[in-house]
Amino acid sequence: MGVKTVLAPIPGTFYRSAAPDQPALKNEGDAVAKGDVIGIIEVMKTFTQIQAEEAGQLVRFLVDDEDAVMAGQPLYELGV
Amino acid sequence: MVIEVIKPGLRTTVQDLGRPGYHHLGIPMSGAMDRYALRAANLLVGNNEEDAALEAVFAGPELSFTDRRLVAVTGAELPPKVDGELRQTWEAFIVEPGQILSFDFLKKGARAYIAISGGIDVPLVLGSRATYLLGGLGGFQGRGLATEDRLQLGQSMARTPKSTSVPEDLRRADPGEPVLRVLPGLYAHRITEEAARGFYEDVWKVAPEADRVGYRFRGGRPLQFVPRKPPFGAGSDPSNIVDAPYPYGSIQVPAGTEPIVLHRDAISGGGYFTLGTVISADMDFVGQMQPNQKIHFTPVDMNAALAARRVEAERLERLRSHCV
Repeated sequence: MGVKTVLAPIPGTFYRSAAPDQPALKNEGDAVAKGDVIGIIEVMKTFTQIQAEEAGQLVRFLVDDEDAVMAGQPLYELGV
Repeated sequence: MVIEVIKPGLRTTVQDLGRPGYHHLGIPMSGAMDRYALRAANLLVGNNEEDAALEAVFAGPELSFTDRRLVAVTGAELPPKVDGELRQTWEAFIVEPGQILSFDFLKKGARAYIAISGGIDVPLVLGSRATYLLGGLGGFQGRGLATEDRLQLGQSMARTPKSTSVPEDLRRADPGEPVLRVLPGLYAHRITEEAARGFYEDVWKVAPEADRVGYRFRGGRPLQFVPRKPPFGAGSDPSNIVDAPYPYGSIQVPAGTEPIVLHRDAISGGGYFTLGTVISADMDFVGQMQPNQKIHFTPVDMNAALAARRVEAERLERLRSHCV
């Protein structure tokens, strides 16, 4: 299995769940289908879903919930 | 004669130099957040500098071309690609019919200006093609671009550009540890001297909410206000005043906690005190700041503000004589 590092497309605040009282959208080890929502980045009062561009297995997150991220910063590793 | 939007990016709008003259009616100036970059992009492709181009924030769109055009991308370091092949920013390049313009990840800055020879031909509204998103005014149907939009382009370039690239010294200098220069006023007397000192000492970070309306900052100490009995018409919060006009660049601090620098799409008046105004020479740079970027504010007097404006005006003159 190869491992790909997926980068943040935009800067902002990274969230792993859709709302503070909801479970994480994905956990490490989960299977990922193309189009699955991995997390959310908030910037300019807009929430952008970060969708998987290919299927695989989520190996690990490289940022924490509510971390500030820059565009191009590694977000997570995907086993493909 | 048209470009087709395959992907809009995060928020891409049609902008020109703005819509001055209606601020007293509550209609903001709008227009490019980084006006110098917009002018440079237009000059590189042979447009008039006030022509309409695209402003893309944080992420670029994907656009399909139907005829041969000259394109230039300036402002943020958002590397353009033609059919997947990288092109340079601050340089004009040709896009052929059927080719696709897309963008790599943002490397630096916040807003890229994409000028296309002929300009974006949307109707003039109150004398401008700029998009005012909150008011649904101007630009392409008063909104940001969406997938499948077809943007009409102008006929042809106004002239043949003299140069196809902007030299390094005429691009935005990397300010390193950026400082925003502030002319104190109009309501600076509302905070204590110690609070004013603290405001100019503290490190502030751009909040993720920062947008075309205003740039919000966090991280500094809360401001202490001079005690007073609220005047008739002002609210009870010490940061409230009797409603007054807000200049472009003015810094309001609601409840004394998070400063907001009002930018191109800001409302023209309201009931928060303003402790100063970011000088016009630094406003383009505000529009290029990313979330979480650290900055300082520093007070300057009117002479320093006017001298800084002259430096900017001279740089623009050098850009013009290089390109035209």
